[in-house]
Amino acid sequence: MTKVVAVTGNEAVANAFRQIEPDVCAAYPITPQTELMQRFAAFVSNGQVKTEMILVESEHSAMSACVGAAAAGGRVATATSSQGLALMWEILFIASGLRLPIVMPVVNRALSAPINIHCDHSDAMGARDSGWIQLWSENAQEAYDNTIQAFRIAEHMDIRLPVMVCYDGFIISHSIERIEYLDDELVKKFVGEYKPLYPLLDIEHPKSYGPLILTDLYHEVRKSHSEVYKKVPKVVLEVAKDFKKISGRTYGLFESYRLDDAEIGIVILNSAAGTTKDVVDEYREKGVKVGLLKPRLFRPFPYEEIGKELSHLKAVCVLDRADAFGGSFGPLYLDVAASLCNLKEKPILINRIYGLGGRDYMPEHAQQVIEELQKIAKTGKVKILKEYIGVRE
Amino acid sequence: MATPLNLKELSNKELRFTSGHRLCPGCAAPIVVKMILLAACDWPVVVASSTGCLEVSSCISTYTAWKVPWIHNAFENAAATLSGVETMYRALKKQGKIDKDIKFIAISGDGGTYDIGFQSLSGAMERWHDMLYVCYDNEAYMNTGIQRSGATPIYANTTTCPAGSVIPGKPQQRKDLTKIMAAHGIPYVAQASPSHWADLMKKVRKALEIEGPKFINVFTPCNRGWRTKTDDAILLSRLAVETCFWPLYEVENGVTRITFKPREKKPIIDFLKLQGRFKHLFEPGKEKLLEQIQQTIDANWEKLLKESSPEENKE
Amino acid sequence: MIGWKNIPPGMVILEPGSALKFKTGSWRAFKPRWIEENCIHCLFCWIYCPDNAVKVMDGKMVGFDYDYCKGCGICATECPGKKGNKAIVMEEEVK
Repeated sequence: MTKVVAVTGNEAVANAFRQIEPDVCAAYPITPQTELMQRFAAFVSNGQVKTEMILVESEHSAMSACVGAAAAGGRVATATSSQGLALMWEILFIASGLRLPIVMPVVNRALSAPINIHCDHSDAMGARDSGWIQLWSENAQEAYDNTIQAFRIAEHMDIRLPVMVCYDGFIISHSIERIEYLDDELVKKFVGEYKPLYPLLDIEHPKSYGPLILTDLYHEVRKSHSEVYKKVPKVVLEVAKDFKKISGRTYGLFESYRLDDAEIGIVILNSAAGTTKDVVDEYREKGVKVGLLKPRLFRPFPYEEIGKELSHLKAVCVLDRADAFGGSFGPLYLDVAASLCNLKEKPILINRIYGLGGRDYMPEHAQQVIEELQKIAKTGKVKILKEYIGVRE
Repeated sequence: MATPLNLKELSNKELRFTSGHRLCPGCAAPIVVKMILLAACDWPVVVASSTGCLEVSSCISTYTAWKVPWIHNAFENAAATLSGVETMYRALKKQGKIDKDIKFIAISGDGGTYDIGFQSLSGAMERWHDMLYVCYDNEAYMNTGIQRSGATPIYANTTTCPAGSVIPGKPQQRKDLTKIMAAHGIPYVAQASPSHWADLMKKVRKALEIEGPKFINVFTPCNRGWRTKTDDAILLSRLAVETCFWPLYEVENGVTRITFKPREKKPIIDFLKLQGRFKHLFEPGKEKLLEQIQQTIDANWEKLLKESSPEENKE
Repeated sequence: MIGWKNIPPGMVILEPGSALKFKTGSWRAFKPRWIEENCIHCLFCWIYCPDNAVKVMDGKMVGFDYDYCKGCGICATECPGKKGNKAIVMEEEVK
C-alpha cells in the first residue's frame, strides 16, 4: 500500500520519523536540516507522535542527550548538518563506542571556513571514521527508504551501532520530488518494537556505562568492537530484502549501473549520481561502454564487493563532492583505491572534485569526465591524477 | 515512610557506592557521594558523572563502585546526558512501560560544571528537566593535575596559575555558580558541606522531592590539590562554613534562606593557613592580599544576610 | 585480564559494585586502631569515612574493614571520644 506524494527530501524524512515515532528526539536546528526537525516538531505538538523532544542548546548536547536516552533504553533519533555534525564530533565516537543504535539523518552541507550553507559531502566525510554506519541517498525516495531501514540495521542484535543517513542539502532536502510513501502500519511493522540492550532504566540490574580503560585493555576493546563491522553488510542486505517485500524497491550495498560490460566507469555518491546516469545513457546510445557505481553503504566500506565490481574496467573516475582539506585525495577515491590496490586486474583510477559548497554539477561535467576516461582507456596514460572540475580559472 | 536522616537508621541502609574505588586517601568526593546516595536511599536513582576524579576512580577497567545505574559520557555533558536519560524515562513512563519513581542525579566536579560543562548545565536547567545536579567543588581541575578552574579561589596556587614571584596565584575571583544557578529561576538551589552532613542530606532529600531542575553545590576538599593533610577534609569543610567562605544556604523558589549561621564567624586566615595552596600569602608583603580576601568574604556574607530576610526564614 | 572475545558490547560493566574485588587496604601507611572504652558510638567515623571502611552493626561501631581502609585518618580527626580521649588513633602500618 503506497501513497504517491510530491514532497521535499526533508518532508519525506520527517514523515519517516512520524511513522516510526522514536521515543526521544534531541535536536538543534541548522540549515539545511531545519525543516526536517520543524516538521517533526509540528507532529509532536499536534500529538501525532509519542516522541518526547529535547530542544537542546547545541548539537553537542543533542548527541549527548541522544547517548543518554539511548543508554536509558529506548529508540532515539536526531538530525544535523555541517557545523552541527562537526560540533558533535567528540560524542559520535562515544555513541558508537557505547554501541547505541541512534539514527541520524545528515543533510549534507559544506564545512566552514568559509561558511557555506549549501551541499557538499565534507561534513559526513569528516565523520566517516567515527564508527557510525553510513548510508548515502541519491534522492528523496532513497532518503525516506534509508531512514526506515536505518532503524532496523541499527537495532539488529548483531549490530547495535548508530547509523547516519546522508542526503544532499538543498538539492534533495529542499527540492520537491515524487515520493512513494509506505503505509503507516507497514512501516511500524517493518521497524518493529524497540528491544533495549543493557538499559540504564532497568534499575534491578544496575549497569555502568563509560568506564576508564587503560593500556592493558583498550586494545582488546577496540579489536572486539572492530569485529562487529564485519557483520554489517550482511544485515544491510537482509534488511533490504525485507524492505523489498513491502516496497517493491531494491537496495544493496551499492547501485551498479550498466557496469557489467563497461570499459570505463564513474564512482559517485548521492544526487549527482542521478545526473551522471542520464549522461551514461547518452553515451551508451553512442556506443561508448560506460557504467556507474553509486555506493550506498559507505561505512563500513564494502571493499571486496566494490573491488570486484570495478576490477574489469580499464579506467575509472571517482567523483568526490568533498576534498580532504589537508591536500590528500578525495575521501571516496581513497576507499575505492584501497578496494583495488591489491587486485591483479584493476583500472587506472583518477580523482575529480566537483560541486563543492553547492556548486551545480551539470551534465557537461559528466561528459567532460567520460571524454577524459575514454582517452585514458585508449592511451593508458593519465595527465592529471586529481583535479577540480567546473572551477573558474 | 521515609528513612529518618539520623546516622543510626542510615547505617542500616545499603551503601550504593562501594569500597574499592581509587580515589585518594582522605578525598572528600566519595564522602559526598555516600551522603547523597544515603539521603536518596528511599528511591532508585540513576547517576551521570562527567569525566573527572570521581568518574575515573569509580569506574575503571572492569571495576565499578556504583551499585546504581551510572553513565559517563564525556567531560562537558553530564547535564545533557542526564537530560536524555530523564526524557527517555518520561517517554517510557507515558507509554506505560515503566511505573517506578526514579530519581536522576548528576554528580560532577567543578571542571565539568563551572567551565566546560556550564553550557550543558545551563541548558538542562532552563529546559526544566526533572533532575538534581550536584557539583562536588574541589576548586580546580584536579584529575588532570590541579589546574585552575572558574571555581578556584583568588590567589590560590595551581599548576596553571602558580604563585610565582610576579603573579601570586590566580588573579581572578572565583565564579559564584550557586548564585548563577539561582538566577536561572529553578525551584531549588543550595550550597552544602560534608562537615554538616545532616544539612547536606536534608537539602538533597528536599531537592529530590521537588519536581523540576535542582542544583546543589558541595564544598569538597582535595588534600592533593590543596596541599593539606589526608585527615583534614571534614575539618576544612567545617572551617569553610565557619569563616563564611562557603555559607550554607538555599534558594527555594527565589527565596534565600541561610541554613546554618556560625555562632562565631572565624577569620579567613584560620582556613587559609592550613592549606599549602595559600602558603605564599603568609609571606611578608602579602598582607594586603589577605585583607582583600577577608573583605570580599565579609561583603558577600553581608549581602547574603540581607537577601535572606528574617520573615521568610521561618522553617 | 580478559581477552577481546569476552568484552561486553560497548564495554558496559554489568556487575554492580565489582570494585569490591579491588582491595585498597594495601595503600595504607597508617592504620586506625579502635579504643572501645572511649567510643560513644556517634557513628561520625562511619559517615565521614571515604571508603566505607568503618563497620557498623545495629547502630554500633564494631571495627574497621582493613581490606579497604586507606589510612587517611579522617575518622581519628573527627572522633569526639569520651572526655577528650579519642576512640580512634592512627598508628604506623607495620608490614
